Amino acid sequence: MVEFTALASQVLVGLSRAMILFIVSAGLSFVLGVLRVPNVFHGSLYMIGAFSAFSIATWLGGHPAGLWLALLGAPVVAVAVGLVVERALLSHLYQREHLMLILFTFGVMLVLNDLVKLVWGPDYRSLVAPPSLQGAASVLGISVPRYNLFLLFVGPLVAAGMWFVTAKTRIGRIARAAAVDRDMVGILGINVSRVFSAAFMIGCYLAGLGGALVAPTTSITLGMDHTIIIEAFLIVTVGGLGNIWGALVGSILFGVTQSVGLLVWPQFAIVFPYLATVIVLLLRPTGLLRSVW
Amino acid sequence: MSEMLRVEGVSKAFDGFRAVRGANLTVARGSIVAVIGPNGAGKTTLLNLITGFLKADGGRIVFEGEEISRLAPHEICRRRIGRTFQLANIFPRLSVFANVQVSVLSHQGRSRDLLSTAARLAVRDTTAILESTGLAARARHLAGVLSHGDQRILEIAIALASEPRLLVLDEPTAGMSPEDTAATTTLIRHLARERGLAIILCEHDMDVVFSVAESVMVLHQGRTLVQGAPDVVRQNRDVQDAYLGTIDA
Amino acid sequence: MPEFYVYILALILVTGLLATSLNLVLGYGGIYQFHHAVFYGVGAYTLALAITRMGWPAWVGFAAGPVVAAAAGALIGVICVRLTRLYFGMLQLSLGSLLWTIVLRWRSVTGGDDGIHGILVPAALQRVEGAYYVILAVVGASLVALFIIVRSPFGATLQAVRDNPQRCQAVGIDVRVHQLVAIVIAAFFAGAAGALYVVLERSVFPNMLFWVLSLEIFVMCLLGGWFTFLGPLVGAGIIVALRTVASRYTENWTMILGTILILLIFFMPEGVMGHLQQWIAGRRRTREDAYV
Repeated sequence: MVEFTALASQVLVGLSRAMILFIVSAGLSFVLGVLRVPNVFHGSLYMIGAFSAFSIATWLGGHPAGLWLALLGAPVVAVAVGLVVERALLSHLYQREHLMLILFTFGVMLVLNDLVKLVWGPDYRSLVAPPSLQGAASVLGISVPRYNLFLLFVGPLVAAGMWFVTAKTRIGRIARAAAVDRDMVGILGINVSRVFSAAFMIGCYLAGLGGALVAPTTSITLGMDHTIIIEAFLIVTVGGLGNIWGALVGSILFGVTQSVGLLVWPQFAIVFPYLATVIVLLLRPTGLLRSVW
Repeated sequence: MSEMLRVEGVSKAFDGFRAVRGANLTVARGSIVAVIGPNGAGKTTLLNLITGFLKADGGRIVFEGEEISRLAPHEICRRRIGRTFQLANIFPRLSVFANVQVSVLSHQGRSRDLLSTAARLAVRDTTAILESTGLAARARHLAGVLSHGDQRILEIAIALASEPRLLVLDEPTAGMSPEDTAATTTLIRHLARERGLAIILCEHDMDVVFSVAESVMVLHQGRTLVQGAPDVVRQNRDVQDAYLGTIDA
Repeated sequence: MPEFYVYILALILVTGLLATSLNLVLGYGGIYQFHHAVFYGVGAYTLALAITRMGWPAWVGFAAGPVVAAAAGALIGVICVRLTRLYFGMLQLSLGSLLWTIVLRWRSVTGGDDGIHGILVPAALQRVEGAYYVILAVVGASLVALFIIVRSPFGATLQAVRDNPQRCQAVGIDVRVHQLVAIVIAAFFAGAAGALYVVLERSVFPNMLFWVLSLEIFVMCLLGGWFTFLGPLVGAGIIVALRTVASRYTENWTMILGTILILLIFFMPEGVMGHLQQWIAGRRRTREDAYV
């Protein structure tokens, strides 16, 4: 049977992974809630974030500060890419039906996928964490990788940041209003277009950040966009469309079930989170928490 | 018994807002009953409750002796209750002919037929309905491009295809020109007299109400104030208060 | 005809059938079938497993493919059909993805990541020409069947359900039953396409159940025109042909596909056949009957 410390250790690993899933899903959910756009290329920005982190770190010669800079700078690349797409193309499609938006963002995902291949080549890359985050620490007698503890710190930080932005700042309140009634906000004289751009940039930043944070923990490959986006969409649906806290709940569900799965039945570990998703959606098709839609 | 439909003490709330609370209505066979009331009185909600699109929180709806409160909309249609909607609710991408034909096919129980060619079926029945409502000339036109008045008439034609014994019309003359309104009023009278249909009519146009209705029910804030002959209702003090002069004396 | 062209033609037919089956629920039914590829994969894996793991004769496996796919369609349909559009799509996506992970990991049965290769088909089908004729016959018959269905009272009712489910209920049509039947039929033919793919390629891969393929099929329907019957077949043909040609000259077919899709959404969302229809209608300048 499963030993307690092994279980606890795995749960912690699962939670750390959940933090990355949360950061990515929160961005997707936020864009979905405010702009009503199901952004399929959100996963591409995640992948770009990972590859950019690698490049920045390499360019700075593997210097420890460089690794930190990579984590901070990579999301900016994702925002730049997202901004270009949004201004040039996406902003003209906001009135179209959802199916068209899904297909459009899918098209962008295809283009970005090959662009990444052109820029970085088809081989996989890897990145090491900053030295201060390497190795393990002992928490309550359990050995936990320092990087995981770092993630467990960053995740809630992002959650708090999102909460602050949406609840306390003017732009957050406008974004929430625009999510509910776009036309009304426009009538109030607010430049809805700029609000949407800003909200979209926040989403892109989170995608890039997720990618940068995941880079030291796994191999950076070209298939990253495909897997993360389906997971993010399922998490967002499980949590409630447009609901950031829902994204947190969904991510934890996803991350922890996968980690526990690794312990219980390693071959089918990946099946567990998908099964959990199916069960939740069967019982509550609109998600665990309230959706904005 | 000549009573066809009885609505007893029906209520419906949405998230705490009580749209209908204690509505009563009786419809005699072959009669035309108008439901009137100020905006927000709950008229459309009541119609949705009768036709199964909403489930009542309380009260009963009895049609021809059978309680229909719990039935799904398509089952209610099978009981021979047809309806039209407040906003023109047709099939915009199909032709006028196809709009009515779909309804006829459903009534004939052929909507799950996978093998026949639809275009050849029920042509006679469909054409008959189109002719009786005056739409035969536009049979091949796309329903989406019809004038507003014609779309409302198409609504009625679609409902007629189910050969209803009770027809529920939600503001049938809304937004219509005077000529179209007169044509619709004539059609409603014809349906009741010639075909023996009972009709529930939800209306804002008081001229229409007082020219066709045999019985008028006044709904105010979700509650039935009174139901009776048009002149009686017109004199009723509560009704006058509720309408604040909207009714032409 | 050189064998290569025969192969491409066969591939176009198989993909065209898959796209047309999706369009039954998507274009004619207005249902957001986000993970149609699942039924394709189920049909293919059924045939593959029937031959390699169960030792059934090929024709039994071939018949089983669409049937199992239809059963999957019934199961998934019943579960999902009570939901509105978007949530229907998401639940289907989650169910399909679950199936994908199981196929991906169950190495001992499904071959896992690698899939199954070198499936033994009857000798007559081992040459491309033999396979081609079988594919032509089956796809031809399937398209005829689908056309009959689209033209039937069921098809008319399905389109009405697409346009106005509320109105349909008010005329006595049980919306959910019709949608379910449409999903099962679509799954059946998608399964047939999957089985045909195995006949052609003699392999299966987990990617046949991956969400990306589902969206690619959507693209084919869009490209060809999803309010027309032949649109999806045309779209499939264009995509397969372009992919074949492009792959000769570049590694970046994905980018080309993405660009085509983006251009399509901006400039020709009615698709090739839709555009053609509008052009013809414009020349006749009357208001046409909207039946296909």
